[in-house]
Amino acid sequence: MIQFVLLISRQGKVRLTKWYSPYTQKERSKVIRELSGVILTRGPKLCNFVEWRGLKVVYKRYASLYFCMCIDQDDNELEVLEIIHHFVEILDRYFGSVCELDLIFNFHKAYYVLDEILIAGELQESSKKTVARLIAAQDSLVETAKEQASSISNIIAQATK
Amino acid sequence: MALSGMRGLSVFISDIRNCPNKEQERLRVDKELGNIRTRFKSEKGLTHYEKKKYVWKMLYIHMLGYDVDFGHMEAVSLISAPKYPEKQVGYIVTSSLLNENHDFLRLAINTVRNDIIGRNETFQCLALTMVGNIGGREFSESLAPDVQKLLISSSCRPLVRKKAALCLLRLYRKNPDVVNIDGWADRMAQLLDERDLGVLTSSTSLLVALVSNNHEAYWSCLPKCVKILERLARNQDIPQEYTYYGIPSPWLQVKAMRALQYFPTIEDPNIRRSLFEVLQRILMGTDVVKNVNKNNASHAVLFEALALVMHLDAEKEMMSQCVALLGKFIAVREPNIRYLGLENMSRMLMVTDVHDSIKRHQAQIITSLKDPDISIRRRALDLLYGMCDVSNAKDIVEELLQYLSTADFAMREELSLKAAILAEKFAPDLSWYVDVILQLIDKAGDFVSDDIWFRVVQFVTNNEDLQPYAAAKAREYLDKPAIHETMVKVSAYLLGEYSHLLARRPGCSPKEIFTVIHEKLPTVSTTTIPILLSTYAKILMHTQPADPELQKIVWAIFNKYESCIDVEIQQRAVEYFALSKKGAALMDILAEMPKFPERQSALLKKAEDAEVDSAEQSAIKLRAQQQMSNALVVTDQRPANGAPQTVGELSLVKIPSMSGDQHASTDQGLSQANGTLTTVDPQPASVDLLGDLLGPLAIEGPPGAAVQFEPNAVSGLEGVPSSADYAAIVPVGEQTNTVQPIGNINERFYALCLKDSGVLYEDPNIQIGIKAEWRAHQGRLVLFLGNKNTSPLVSVQALILPPVHLKIELSLVPETIPPRAQVQCPLELMNLHPSRDVAVLEFSYKFGTNMVNVKLRLPAVLNKFLQPISVSAEEFFLQWRSLSGPPLKLQEVVRGVKPLPLTEMTSLFNSFRLTVCPGLDPNPNNLVASTTFYSESTRPMLCLIRIETDPADLTQLRMTVASGDPTLTFELKEFIKEQLVSIPTASRPPAPAPPAAQPTNPAALTDPGALLAGLL
Repeated sequence: MIQFVLLISRQGKVRLTKWYSPYTQKERSKVIRELSGVILTRGPKLCNFVEWRGLKVVYKRYASLYFCMCIDQDDNELEVLEIIHHFVEILDRYFGSVCELDLIFNFHKAYYVLDEILIAGELQESSKKTVARLIAAQDSLVETAKEQASSISNIIAQATK
Repeated sequence: MALSGMRGLSVFISDIRNCPNKEQERLRVDKELGNIRTRFKSEKGLTHYEKKKYVWKMLYIHMLGYDVDFGHMEAVSLISAPKYPEKQVGYIVTSSLLNENHDFLRLAINTVRNDIIGRNETFQCLALTMVGNIGGREFSESLAPDVQKLLISSSCRPLVRKKAALCLLRLYRKNPDVVNIDGWADRMAQLLDERDLGVLTSSTSLLVALVSNNHEAYWSCLPKCVKILERLARNQDIPQEYTYYGIPSPWLQVKAMRALQYFPTIEDPNIRRSLFEVLQRILMGTDVVKNVNKNNASHAVLFEALALVMHLDAEKEMMSQCVALLGKFIAVREPNIRYLGLENMSRMLMVTDVHDSIKRHQAQIITSLKDPDISIRRRALDLLYGMCDVSNAKDIVEELLQYLSTADFAMREELSLKAAILAEKFAPDLSWYVDVILQLIDKAGDFVSDDIWFRVVQFVTNNEDLQPYAAAKAREYLDKPAIHETMVKVSAYLLGEYSHLLARRPGCSPKEIFTVIHEKLPTVSTTTIPILLSTYAKILMHTQPADPELQKIVWAIFNKYESCIDVEIQQRAVEYFALSKKGAALMDILAEMPKFPERQSALLKKAEDAEVDSAEQSAIKLRAQQQMSNALVVTDQRPANGAPQTVGELSLVKIPSMSGDQHASTDQGLSQANGTLTTVDPQPASVDLLGDLLGPLAIEGPPGAAVQFEPNAVSGLEGVPSSADYAAIVPVGEQTNTVQPIGNINERFYALCLKDSGVLYEDPNIQIGIKAEWRAHQGRLVLFLGNKNTSPLVSVQALILPPVHLKIELSLVPETIPPRAQVQCPLELMNLHPSRDVAVLEFSYKFGTNMVNVKLRLPAVLNKFLQPISVSAEEFFLQWRSLSGPPLKLQEVVRGVKPLPLTEMTSLFNSFRLTVCPGLDPNPNNLVASTTFYSESTRPMLCLIRIETDPADLTQLRMTVASGDPTLTFELKEFIKEQLVSIPTASRPPAPAPPAAQPTNPAALTDPGALLAGLL
């Protein structure tokens, strides 16, 4: 099971966190601090796995961002490594060649996407197409609500003119 | 798409990004938090849009690592908003901001439930996602039935059902009771027929969790998993969008294989065959390709397949194929594959007998110890540790020592502990062990825990031959210019005790020894000084005739420390000073330390504890245990030729002539007489170790007292000293057979009478499996003794009490079974003449303070020496007629038979290797069978059996048995009768007195094996 997901920039800034096991706020900060120290200092051409406190962190660097997922010791590492890539591909498709800035200003969108891929620390959907479809449907729901709201306020505005 | 769509949020994020330093950032964050706080508090209600904006800001701030200790309520309250946009934000922010133990979540349960049971699909999805991500126990209890309903509902769309599956998985993890197994197992199996791969993937994850807790209930899912694998492997009915770089959903493949690893075995030959076809294809067909992602995905599947093959204990061929693959992997350039190759080799060590083939890769593994990647180095260390045995210990330990000087600091402690343990476990000779430990202290003193040097002192104390060697070595190290303090401790201790053994060597006069040790005194800390003082006192004592000059120096030192602020030092100084004035009397008081009581190595214990901590619930362990408990997997890590040399703790090996308990208690007695240990210390070994080492040093008592000591006066102490090692005191009376067997011993025995392999006995500590081969009147039986624990089983004894008709030779059974290992003990059997008596295996072992003693019947029963034969009608009747009457042909009416339809009786007979010959008897209610019996005294003997049943009353029948040997006829008749009367577990009826014509066997009654078998 995936215990948590972290997106950290090369400078150590956190871009996304998702915790599937209960960690308190204090523990969360500690974990992030520790892992940034371990992962950001690893050189290139090393393997994508780090053993850490009886767990394992599978990570991969995409441009300036490190995608990390922490798993149990005997989980399948490569499988999780490809979950990371799967996530990245979906983000890429959604944002249209995603960059760190997209994830900074639209961090909430990244959360929506992640929730369509993982639940309870397990893979939920392995079809990129399906995820893209579901996210688009959510977006349109939000849009419709917005339009409705504005049209209502228009009506009110006109009525009170 | 660079803006969030919420202007305020974007502005805030930009501001944060523009902060030149952390200080400014904090100021900006504080300002924003203040702003949000006043907004939330203001009387004026906020619009949903505003609320939404603020909770996003809170999440952003939280993500940056700042404490956000308010506003949680606002986030939770958004969940109950009527419109989708607000609800969505409420759910997502709540599940990111809070953890499952947060009180506010409780407030939301009702709203969440309404969303789940409501008809709005999008709301259902939001609620299921949140519960799946942070639902706790309370959610589990109140929502599980609703979630289950959604998962199996036919009206729900896949997007809801896949979320429901994972949500249920979460709820199940929080409280396994919420999934009612009785009703759920069938549903689960149906779910695996799902065509939508999203739902199927989630459902398979759920299955993995369910079977990891209880595979028994989910046997019906096993064939479905295999079917899923076949479907994926053949790429049938897999939509394009579910292939990943050309591979049909690698994730689903991995999960299905993972689920299969929780079933102990696959019995159905057809399913097994199709699974192995799939596995074989994966093993053979996975190539290294250029595309990284494709490569990773295919290797994810491959490694899972490897794990499954290991688990299933496939044929030798497939296993060696796996080892070959792993051997290839550990040498490739791709670091991930190298890492996984090493990791899986270690796992392989745990479960199968491939030790020798793995050893072939030793050189490559040692190279990996120098890999630039610490992750890989760790794996290599682990693997070397696991594959170490007597044959390669020297090489491996020396490599580890060499590596120690260059290793990262992060690894040194683990490395030195592992080296020390291996040296102890597998030392070919003790002087080598001493060498290793001293080198270890020399090279990595900071990382050598006290346990390690305590242990070497124990060994030296308990082994006289070792003492001069150890002293000489210690002397050598003291010549080095700068040595670690631990080295000062251990050398001072050893030289204090044993330097007199070196007396004639150059540089080893008492004066010189004293000088070289005393040089170190200014450099050491207060914990070491007491040890040095003891050493000085001992050196003085050994200097005969007394050297006035040396005396003067030492006395001056004692004098100096008499006013030391450290109590320990002060007391020693005062006491030693007074004692050393006593001249010859000193001899008695400061005599050599007595031997240490036997104990479990504190190091091993430490390593085991660490293991238990880290891997408590892990599946690999669970799987490994299942492996142990299900079948006859050979995990023997050592030569099973019955040579227990140096297996387990060394201490067991070298202690002469005394059995453990006796030894321990006398020793304990000694210390008690010395007044050092007035109470038996029930603390963990490492603590009382310290007591042992330092305690007696402080107040050394006269050995004279010990000599006069009456051992029987401490009989009450018997057994207690060793229990102290395990930190739990067991009342003396309850030490035997407190261990309950798992499963019914009788049932296991009866099952084994029909099969040739299986489990004979199992309890929480040990599992005894059996595998047998029978050839005519001979048999070869292998006992598999598997230690299920992480500590060794000691005092293992197996005694066969054979009945007179069997000649049994049991090979040597090792006295110690190492942790998690399985040893094989072959047993040769020869059947001398026909008899129904049963051989008994008397088996005992000691675990902790428990002496466990069991008596087990061996399934070397009469029918094992039968060989089915089918005869033609002519042959049968010819023989039948020639054997005309008693004693060669016996007939009996048997009553009280367990009613069996004729077909079942036929299969029962066949399973006893009595070939039923249909059609020979014209009466369809009768049954005729034939077989051949083998024993040394009779030649292969044809036996004929006829059973006449009464369709009106199945509880009675008439049985006629004929053979060319009167004893055989009688025994076979009785045997068959027993089987018919008592299927399967009723106890054996008392043997009727054989008819007078029968050549009786008086020995059978006095034979201990036979008597015991009767009692069982």
